[in-house]
Amino acid sequence: MAKLELRDVRKSYGAADVIKGIDLTVEHGEFCVFVGPSGCGKSTLLRMIAGLEDISAGQIVLGGDVVNDTPAADRGLAMVFQSYALYPHMTVRQNLSFGLENINTPKAEIARKVGEVAKMLQIDQLLDRRPKDLSGGQRQRVAIGRAVVREPRVFLFDEPLSNLDAELRVDMRGEISSLHKRLGNTMVYVTHDQVEAMTMADKIAVLRLGELEQFGRPLDLFNAPENLFVAGFIGSPKMNFLKGTVGEDRTHLTLDTGDAVTLPETGFAQRAGQKVTLGLRPNDLRPDPDGVLHADIRAVEQLGTDSYLYGAFQDGTPVTVHNPGQTRVQPGERVALTANSGAIHLFDTGTGRTLRM
Amino acid sequence: MSGAFAFLTRTRGRANGGTRLHWTDWASYAYLGLGICLMFGPVVWLVLSSFKTEADLQRYPPTFLPYQQQTMLIEGYDEPLPLFRMTGGEYEGMILAQVRRVGIQAQMVDPANPGERLRTGIDEREPVQRVRLATENYTELFERFTFLRYFWNSTFITLMSTAIMLLVNSMAAFALSKYRFRGRTTVLLLVISTLMIPQTVVLVPLFLIVTELGMFNSLWGVIIPGAATPTGVFLLRQYMLTIPDEILDAARMDKASEWKIFWRIILPLSAPAIAVLAILAIMWRWNDFLWPLIVLTQSENFTLQLALNSFQGELLTDWSSLLAMTVLTLLPIACVFMFLQKYIATGIASTGGK
Repeated sequence: MAKLELRDVRKSYGAADVIKGIDLTVEHGEFCVFVGPSGCGKSTLLRMIAGLEDISAGQIVLGGDVVNDTPAADRGLAMVFQSYALYPHMTVRQNLSFGLENINTPKAEIARKVGEVAKMLQIDQLLDRRPKDLSGGQRQRVAIGRAVVREPRVFLFDEPLSNLDAELRVDMRGEISSLHKRLGNTMVYVTHDQVEAMTMADKIAVLRLGELEQFGRPLDLFNAPENLFVAGFIGSPKMNFLKGTVGEDRTHLTLDTGDAVTLPETGFAQRAGQKVTLGLRPNDLRPDPDGVLHADIRAVEQLGTDSYLYGAFQDGTPVTVHNPGQTRVQPGERVALTANSGAIHLFDTGTGRTLRM
Repeated sequence: MSGAFAFLTRTRGRANGGTRLHWTDWASYAYLGLGICLMFGPVVWLVLSSFKTEADLQRYPPTFLPYQQQTMLIEGYDEPLPLFRMTGGEYEGMILAQVRRVGIQAQMVDPANPGERLRTGIDEREPVQRVRLATENYTELFERFTFLRYFWNSTFITLMSTAIMLLVNSMAAFALSKYRFRGRTTVLLLVISTLMIPQTVVLVPLFLIVTELGMFNSLWGVIIPGAATPTGVFLLRQYMLTIPDEILDAARMDKASEWKIFWRIILPLSAPAIAVLAILAIMWRWNDFLWPLIVLTQSENFTLQLALNSFQGELLTDWSSLLAMTVLTLLPIACVFMFLQKYIATGIASTGGK
């Protein structure tokens, strides 16, 4: 069993705290994605799990054992690096067998395992080539193959798709997902791309500035973000945020845009006079002549099956509206919008926390 | 002829408004030609001179090609006699052999009539010469002098000290480029600062240490002190900095020990820099003169450079042997350079990344 637990894990370089105490548990066989903007410490955290960086405080527990002081080689993990980090002077075959040679695997077994993995990843035609003769996608497969062939307890991926072009990225995404289903190993995957996180993960950990903002299943993060950051980070296009003040009756919300909306009476813990931020996903807004929100449309993207309206409210707050199908709205028009009342998010503007009960 | 000229001066395409060489091309070729003359002139002169006899070397004005006066064995004389073509006097046009020379007079003999001695002035004749390579300069080196002994000493010193130097320097460079430890910058600065100390300054202390360690008059006394060079450490370190750390991390995840990372990853990837350093080290050690001169005093330990020096006596210099040996000394280094020079230009390792 390879359950991975992080207990109040911290990392600091001198006075600078990079990881500020992270607790999370990845169950055996789960695909966990660390996602966050660059500089949030997600790669550092992965390297700490791998054993390539020291841990300043806290514990990393792998399959029940604290591995803080276990060297990288003995943790039984395998890692796929952003730059692939293939050994440039070795052939693909040597790249795959290097790790097995180091643990004194018999030659015949190395050949068998390398053959199996190469066949599975469809790189068996490339075994005698060197990395420089491979395309980006092929190198990526070899890098994954190098991790798979050692049969590790946990796979670690450090932004493995960021060097690939968009089309290949979608293909590899699917392949890594199916690899996870086939092998059933625990996987930890780092990315800054929330689409990758949403499509691949069993669990997502959203990180910002060395802190865990939210940890949970992708749709839970999407449907019930705990704070403004997660709400803005998960989902594409981004959620629209409207600042306002709750009226005396708790259901009346005066927005800074000048519009006023009515809040549902239950579900949110808003107080009278509280400064709040209303969050509305682009697909929960729609043009409606009776709508209470008014926005000036500046650009329209027609994709055929979908259309996106980009504009701003009177006070300049940007807004994005996702419209299924095609739209007749023209740039320069002022449209009235209405929101699905069941799909609104409400946050305290001061703390950024959700007011959902 | 003009067709060949046109062919040789033809250029590709119609750049510069024509298919002939532009005058700037001619200027470039002239400049390059001058460079070749300046660089290779002395070497060619050396090689040609090494095939001259001692007498030919002393001749004034000097000739470009090695000439030798023709001789002829004539009945009644034990030694072959040198031949002269008469340019004046009563025997003008004849070819005579010289029996002996007395002041400005010479006793000659006609090869067709060996019984009769002829008396001529030395300004009435010129020697009959032909181009001939005096290969005895080279064969003598092997017969009279223990050339092979010196050659072996030089080779041994060069190979051993290059091998030790590459090993020591690459290990130091690996540590200085890929490990983070307290005092790393200090160590690096210390290594580099020794570049600023001329070897002559440390000559005496170094000599004392070598003597104390009992390496005086031993080849190891030349090999060991040159084993670590700051230049080598610095050169390799700069190269190793370009090897991505991720490759090392990947090897660590692959359960490779640090020693294995050094042998299997770092060394192969640093091959171009190591080749450059190897060329430099071979040239330094092979051409080294001062330090071997101090440490090695017995002639059986001499390197080629010291042996060359010993040809140059205070009163007499054996020029023909000296030149021949100089050529032989140049050859190995020229070969090394020919085979390894491509590495000097190719300093770019293809990394496994993008």
